[in-house]
Amino acid sequence: MLAQISLHFPALQVVLPLIASPICMVLRRERAAWGVALVVSWASFLIAAHLLIQVLDEGVISYHMGGWPPPWGIEYRIDALNAFVLLLVSGIGALVITYAHKSVIAEISPDNRCRFYALFLLSLAGLLGVTITGDAFNVFVFLEIASLSTYVMVALGAGHDKRALSSSISYLIAGTIGATFFIIGVGLLYMATGTLNMMDLAARIADLGDSRTLRAAFAFIVVGIGLKLAIFPLHLWLPNAYTYAPSVVTSFVAATSTKVAVYVLMRFVFTVFGTRFEFQGLTLTYLFLPLALLGMFVPSIVAVFQENAKRMLAYSSIAQIGYMLLGISFATVAGLSAATIHLFNHGLMKGTLFMVLGAVAYRLRSTDIASMAGLASLMPWTMAAFVGGGLSLIGVPLTVGFISKWFLIQAALESGQWWIAALVVISSLIAAVYVWRVVEVAYLQPAPADSQATEAPLSMLIPIWVLVLANFYFGIHASLTTNMATRAAEMLLGAGT
Amino acid sequence: MSAEFVLGHYNYWIVVVLMMVGLYTVMSRGNLIKKLVGLNIFQTSVFLLYISIGKVKGATAPIEAAGEGVLYSNPLPHVLILTAIVVGVATMAVGLAIIVRIREAYGTIEEDEILAIDHKLEFGEGVNA
Repeated sequence: MLAQISLHFPALQVVLPLIASPICMVLRRERAAWGVALVVSWASFLIAAHLLIQVLDEGVISYHMGGWPPPWGIEYRIDALNAFVLLLVSGIGALVITYAHKSVIAEISPDNRCRFYALFLLSLAGLLGVTITGDAFNVFVFLEIASLSTYVMVALGAGHDKRALSSSISYLIAGTIGATFFIIGVGLLYMATGTLNMMDLAARIADLGDSRTLRAAFAFIVVGIGLKLAIFPLHLWLPNAYTYAPSVVTSFVAATSTKVAVYVLMRFVFTVFGTRFEFQGLTLTYLFLPLALLGMFVPSIVAVFQENAKRMLAYSSIAQIGYMLLGISFATVAGLSAATIHLFNHGLMKGTLFMVLGAVAYRLRSTDIASMAGLASLMPWTMAAFVGGGLSLIGVPLTVGFISKWFLIQAALESGQWWIAALVVISSLIAAVYVWRVVEVAYLQPAPADSQATEAPLSMLIPIWVLVLANFYFGIHASLTTNMATRAAEMLLGAGT
Repeated sequence: MSAEFVLGHYNYWIVVVLMMVGLYTVMSRGNLIKKLVGLNIFQTSVFLLYISIGKVKGATAPIEAAGEGVLYSNPLPHVLILTAIVVGVATMAVGLAIIVRIREAYGTIEEDEILAIDHKLEFGEGVNA
């Protein structure tokens, strides 16, 4: 029986949260909706873990939706890279929803709580769907499922601050333009090749060689995904959306949605177009590399001057995307593994940090850095978790951040560009400056005498500390993630040759 | 570029013009409803692009009963775009719903006025935008 069901795990991975979402909507009791979301998120995580183990043991899983063989039917294709991303997305989802209950009660109005859980599951289903599918058009559909639910989740912050509404509409406009660019690109690909299955596309593009249609398709797809993933000059929607969304939403979205977009970018640039597509190499060197370097510095410097800790971390997220893009721009096994490792690690650190800010907001009703004075004496465990996540963000040894930077620097040195390695180190120092601003206020300034803040409730602290420990665990036992990432990178580069 | 090429691809020119009109409207208009309408025109142009791709000149609808040797249009892009139309409708609905809430919260749907209010909330009354 179980063996029968496990054959259909690739479909269940997406279908389970998709079906559970309307159930949450129908349940009128917020506790029941939370229970459903909790069970489904953890089930998704277990399925993702199972799929990852299966991929490691048996190689690529190809699941044919409805029994139609590819390239005619929709294929769910799970390899080393997306199994890894699935695990990250479902793992963060499960931890965030465990943490969510108290935070949702504090920040979202009673009418909207059941709806929030429904939206959360919908967004989870969308992100998992984007990651698991092997069909280019299917990516668009799931991308929009994930994005539409995220726009509404951001707008739910309006109960607390009405600016959530204006940031939600700018996110909606930017996101829709991005998605539309993406389907224009997919349409042009279909025009040139007559197929939508990614593996089939890759084979046919390799045969076709260079053409203007393919170049246009490539450009549309890269710009479209670039908007979704907030590559440096296309990032304007991101800071406000992250700042005014409810804390739970920010923790989930910051740790997963841009990571999934990075995955889609890698999948299209390397698997679908492949390294033999000449235009790709030019784009990587002359577009991605400079944008990555600018992205590492400009948002980091902007982050230093923010008054609100959530907005500061939002700018830091844009800077971290710069690191991933840098790894991608090398187009070597070392570079792509660095990007993949950082994709996973950044999910862990930003998940931690935003969840800490959610706990701070739960007690203080504010995430202004100034309001956090002396908080370390009132909420010692929460602030210690912030320090842990912050160290990881800077890239101190023994944390995952160090592993990311180490691989990135090695990739830069391997391609003979030592100055890029130096820039990575310098930009990490800027991260130290903005993390220190919060630590200084929380640890070295006295708490206001009338402060009522107490330690965050255990239901929030435990998920936070699970993530903090994951930051250190994967930093010490780095071989677990680096092996996966190297395998994924070899697979990405191997597909094009 | 011969005249034949230009006229022969008239459907693509329509797509390009609609695409630019839509995108320009999104960027240039301050009124949120107008922006959303622009976005919708932009999306619609993509629908036309997909439908054009599938059309074969002189071909009929792909119905099995029509018999052997009949030329068919490719139904796949048409089916795909049905999905995209649904996504477009959903985006429009969510967008309009958010704009209704913005009107309730801000009392305006002009982007510059909303930005001015946001700016005041961020920095207080004393600072000029």
